[in-house]
Amino acid sequence: MIATAYAIPDVLVFLTSALLILVGAVGVLATRNPVHSALSLILALFGVAVAFIAQSADFLAAVQIIVYAGAIVVLFLFVIMFLGVDRRETVRVEPLVGQRVFAGVGVLITVAGLITLFARSHWVTGAIAVSSSGQPLATGSKNVTQLGTAVFTTYLFAFEATAALLIVAVVGAVLLARRERSVDAEGSQS
Amino acid sequence: MTSWLATVDPLFAHGVTWAVLIIVIVKVFIGFAALMGAVTVMIWFERKAISDMQSRIGPQRWGPFGLFQTLADGLKLFFKEDLLPAEADRFVFKLAPYLVVVPALITFSIVPIGGTVDIAGHPVMLQVANPPIGILLMLAMSGISVYGVILAGWSSGSKYPLMSAVRASAQMISYEAALGMTIVTVVLATGSLSTHDIVAAQSHGVWHWNLIRLGIVPFVVFLIAITAELNRPPFDVVEAETELVGGFHTEYSSFRFAQFFLAEFMNTITMSAIIVTLFLGGPAGWVPNIPHVRWVFPILWFLVKTIGFAFAYVWFRAALPRLRYDQLMNLGWKRLIPLSLGWMLIVAGFLIRPSWGFLMAALVILAWTVLTRAFALGQGREESADSILPPVGERPLPGRVLRAWTDREKD
Repeated sequence: MIATAYAIPDVLVFLTSALLILVGAVGVLATRNPVHSALSLILALFGVAVAFIAQSADFLAAVQIIVYAGAIVVLFLFVIMFLGVDRRETVRVEPLVGQRVFAGVGVLITVAGLITLFARSHWVTGAIAVSSSGQPLATGSKNVTQLGTAVFTTYLFAFEATAALLIVAVVGAVLLARRERSVDAEGSQS
Repeated sequence: MTSWLATVDPLFAHGVTWAVLIIVIVKVFIGFAALMGAVTVMIWFERKAISDMQSRIGPQRWGPFGLFQTLADGLKLFFKEDLLPAEADRFVFKLAPYLVVVPALITFSIVPIGGTVDIAGHPVMLQVANPPIGILLMLAMSGISVYGVILAGWSSGSKYPLMSAVRASAQMISYEAALGMTIVTVVLATGSLSTHDIVAAQSHGVWHWNLIRLGIVPFVVFLIAITAELNRPPFDVVEAETELVGGFHTEYSSFRFAQFFLAEFMNTITMSAIIVTLFLGGPAGWVPNIPHVRWVFPILWFLVKTIGFAFAYVWFRAALPRLRYDQLMNLGWKRLIPLSLGWMLIVAGFLIRPSWGFLMAALVILAWTVLTRAFALGQGREESADSILPPVGERPLPGRVLRAWTDREKD
């Protein structure tokens, strides 16, 4: 199962990406300033992108950078700067009562789920490729081509469902964020 | 590993040997030096061309035609005092310039500046790298350079840079959508993400250039979106001097300011080169049959086309007035994104079969009509509500607003 010999460059790349991810992840939690946390998050995302490239998943790496680092964290920063929450927060106050208990339960459930997943599936144990049978994907054609074919044939329904979900979310967000003026206020204006 | 690399670049067909490694390192150095040299010339060129258009003389003291002015300015910036504002976030303030410069350098690495030449028996592509994700690297890097601008503005701990940072984040993300959509159109027609393949697909003559093959629309949308992405005039609300002092780099001085300046001009050159790659066939062009120097002509063609676009950017700056911020957002979200999306669908339809293409065109026209109606409705609402400020001339004066409030209180 576990490959007998690793090439030194592969090990170096893995160590680098692991270090980036860990430093980033710890930084997100440990830094007090929200902007620094967001920066650490970017570092972690970069580490994940490097790990993807090491697994020959170039497209995922690019999308990781473009979507997560390039758009989502920018929106985080946008909110942080726009709302002016970029100062130290007190962690003593619980905004929601019983928040910590629920957080603890959530963490337990997640960890239990991950452990079951790790125990039951074998693709996380060191096989080279992420495919259902543990075999590498067919070589020869580029992995972007393979990914595109898979998404638009085998997984078309899931893909379209995700797209619909995102559209619903966007429309909902716009609707919630839009301030409607009451009719009488408009009347007095003119 | 080796076989996978060989599909990307023929240089690695026989594994990674020392000779291959040296060739790669030399390519990186040449790419770096070429970009740096080009930046120096570009800054001089922009100042000289602008001053010609404005009936001024421009730089003329250092070197013939003022050619060494950029070097003199660079030296001056190196020896200036490096200021750190008291309110600044020290780490981020120092980090931000690098977040702008490094992506600018990396983006240039995917630009093919010529064909493939043989060096000591190794086939060498005249581009620093040809990653399988190709053009996506450019999108990723432009996503990273947004951070440079945002963080520079935020970490300065000053009012105007912060406003500039907020503007920058909104503007660059908005235009990235239209940018991505036009790139998808090009990729659809090519069937590959790699810049080498994109250029190869256009190498059979002018009629195969994506500029003509995809219709003019994606090219125009890309040109507008990339200008906005670069924060160059007429989209430079991020560093609008009359509103925001100097924008996000107001508090920067010395070498750090030079880095921002450098990155801006590097990006201008790189994006001219990317436009040439995506839409004008890159190094494609007429090559005379002269032995031994045939490889020079693609490079010359590439240079000619790129300089053309670099000049176009300078011309934009001289000729076009800056857009207002809401006009900028309207153009991005209400015009460019629907247009590029619709055009992408039409191109995708024609790629399958002409009948599908016409069906798609009909649907897009229908959608466009609905969208126009929706915009008209929304416009009517916005004008009646006072949530958005009307243009300055029509804005009620504070006294009138106050009187309207007090009158209502009486009723």
